[in-house]
Amino acid sequence: MSNSHLDKLENQSIYIIREAYSQFRNVAGLWSIGKDSTCLIWLIRKAFFGQIPFPVLHIDTTYKFEEIYQFRDKYAKEWNLNLIVAKNEEAVEAGMGPDKGKFECCNQLKTVALKQAIAKYKFKALYLGIRRDEHGIRAKERIFSPRDEDFEWDYKNQPPELWDQYKTKAAQEEHLRVHPLLGWRELDVWEYVKRENLPVVDLYFAKNGKRLRSIGCKTCCGPVDSEADSIDKIIEELKTSRVSERSGRAQDKEDAYTMQKLRSLGYM
Amino acid sequence: MPQNDTLRFVIVGHVDHGKSTLIGRLLYDTDSLPPDKIEEIKKVSADSGKQTEFAFLLDHLEEERKQGITIDTTQIFFKSSKRHYVIIDAPGHVEFVKNMITGASQAEAAVLIIDVSEGVKEQTRRHSYMLSLLGMNNVVVVLNKMDLAGFSQEHFEAVKKEAAGWLSSINIAAELFIPISAINGDNVAKKSEKMDWYKGPTFLESLDTLRVRQSTEDKSLIFPIQDVYKVADKRINAGRVEAGIIRKGMDIKILPSGQTTKVNSVEKYLEKTEEASAGECIGITTADSVFLERGNIVCLPGKEPPVTDRISANIFWMSRQDLDKQQKLTIRCATQETICRIDSIERRIDSSTLAVIAEDADTVKNLETAEVIIKTKKPLAIKDFNVVRELGRFVLVQNDNICAGGIITHSS
Repeated sequence: MSNSHLDKLENQSIYIIREAYSQFRNVAGLWSIGKDSTCLIWLIRKAFFGQIPFPVLHIDTTYKFEEIYQFRDKYAKEWNLNLIVAKNEEAVEAGMGPDKGKFECCNQLKTVALKQAIAKYKFKALYLGIRRDEHGIRAKERIFSPRDEDFEWDYKNQPPELWDQYKTKAAQEEHLRVHPLLGWRELDVWEYVKRENLPVVDLYFAKNGKRLRSIGCKTCCGPVDSEADSIDKIIEELKTSRVSERSGRAQDKEDAYTMQKLRSLGYM
Repeated sequence: MPQNDTLRFVIVGHVDHGKSTLIGRLLYDTDSLPPDKIEEIKKVSADSGKQTEFAFLLDHLEEERKQGITIDTTQIFFKSSKRHYVIIDAPGHVEFVKNMITGASQAEAAVLIIDVSEGVKEQTRRHSYMLSLLGMNNVVVVLNKMDLAGFSQEHFEAVKKEAAGWLSSINIAAELFIPISAINGDNVAKKSEKMDWYKGPTFLESLDTLRVRQSTEDKSLIFPIQDVYKVADKRINAGRVEAGIIRKGMDIKILPSGQTTKVNSVEKYLEKTEEASAGECIGITTADSVFLERGNIVCLPGKEPPVTDRISANIFWMSRQDLDKQQKLTIRCATQETICRIDSIERRIDSSTLAVIAEDADTVKNLETAEVIIKTKKPLAIKDFNVVRELGRFVLVQNDNICAGGIITHSS
């Protein structure tokens, strides 16, 4: 067999995906339509030989780029996904937006929307495409990470995790977050996109000297300077770039611990 | 640079001996950090009235930065001119030993850091003993804070002797002892000008000498079933090959039932394949309609691992709730899972001194290790840890929490 770095990552992710499904059955994959969660959905398809036996959840803040919605609908159909779109309708109608405070907006339109979806569908575990190299807080995560009924992440008292033996859900825990891509780097994701010939949203490719490196809401994510208008050029750029991936993401910046506070409340 | 040569190593040692600082300094001196990260660290350090705190690169939690300790393990990526690394930082405080074990269990090699002004301390001993239990024999020792010892060779030799003595008592053969000052960068990525007497490699050079763990392809087949999926009209038995090779047409035996059959097909999505080897996640279909389920172990007839309901093991207890011999626990070994109880606790050991606390004991407490005999409800297929690690180690689960890890010493 080929035993490349990407093969090892892929095998590890598939193992994790199957472990979580074996334990919980009532699970969902969180798809933000970005490169990481698109890789995640692809890995889930591989783990189950093409047909994902559970829903794929998109948390729609209504502030996403038009390209995101188009891409979502196209591939949900092509890959025969059981797509659930979840919104915090009440907050959207009340006019929630980043002008009301970025922290509160993220909390209402993402975290609360996710809470509502979990309450409605009673998911026991969620797959998320987060990676350790994205942010120092995410580097502290476990592969199976419990959340309590208030969605809080008890980062000071995480369960032990050894030898691919993961946490089972205890009664007081609301759900578990499962992170199959935790050990991947940004560069690995792009090399995998290339190897597997995966589709990605156009917004990642440079136009007029700018591109998005990490995609969130159009109100809160800024482009980076780049000439990379193809996957090969992005891979080349990442090998030499000295700028961190989420440098364009507003919620990482407000103060040093914003991400920690958001995440402890249940943010992705 | 070969992409597949990635080494995962953990840094362990007593609290405040400088684990996070060493990693931060290594990243800084090798130009591995984005400028905005360095800016952020400088700003947060200045805001809290400190000089640039390299540990903040890893200690990302507010509580960690304010208290100057590492609470949970972190993994970061790093590359030298020779290969890629995953660096696993582990907390040194006694409170967070389970986080250190979580980090160490994922590593192939380890770096033990010792503050030369303090020498071998409680967590130095406990962490290195845990490494020894986890089967780690790929260890580099760095003696840190040489600046506080006036860069003295004599001082270095004294602590080296103390550390080497301890390590050999727990069967860790450490070859390299490196004098460093992590905070100033001496012998981290650059050779120190203040320690002419030291002729060995820098810390960075020493990493490139650590060996990547060998693959288990050349061993007899072990394929634990993870789950069974019905896809179209096929019943696909999914799992990861843990040792050896599985091939279409091969005669296989299924444990614990002992049934035999043939591999009808090896399945991978969108790939035509007839065989798979250790490390691959695949599915198989079988020739006869034998019933497989999660926890079954597929192996070769005549090369079966022993199946037993009595296991001798060394366990390390990681729960504040003591081990109660009367309580039923769950044991998980690869994908096998069953109820068990601890039949006898032959020796209870203090993991920081190796002192025997009791023989024929009734309990084991947090941070202690023990030699036990476990009686399982259903029999398990097991292997000597040194032959197939995946079937030679297990976790114990108490009230849905992993409370202990264990290494099988032999089936009894």
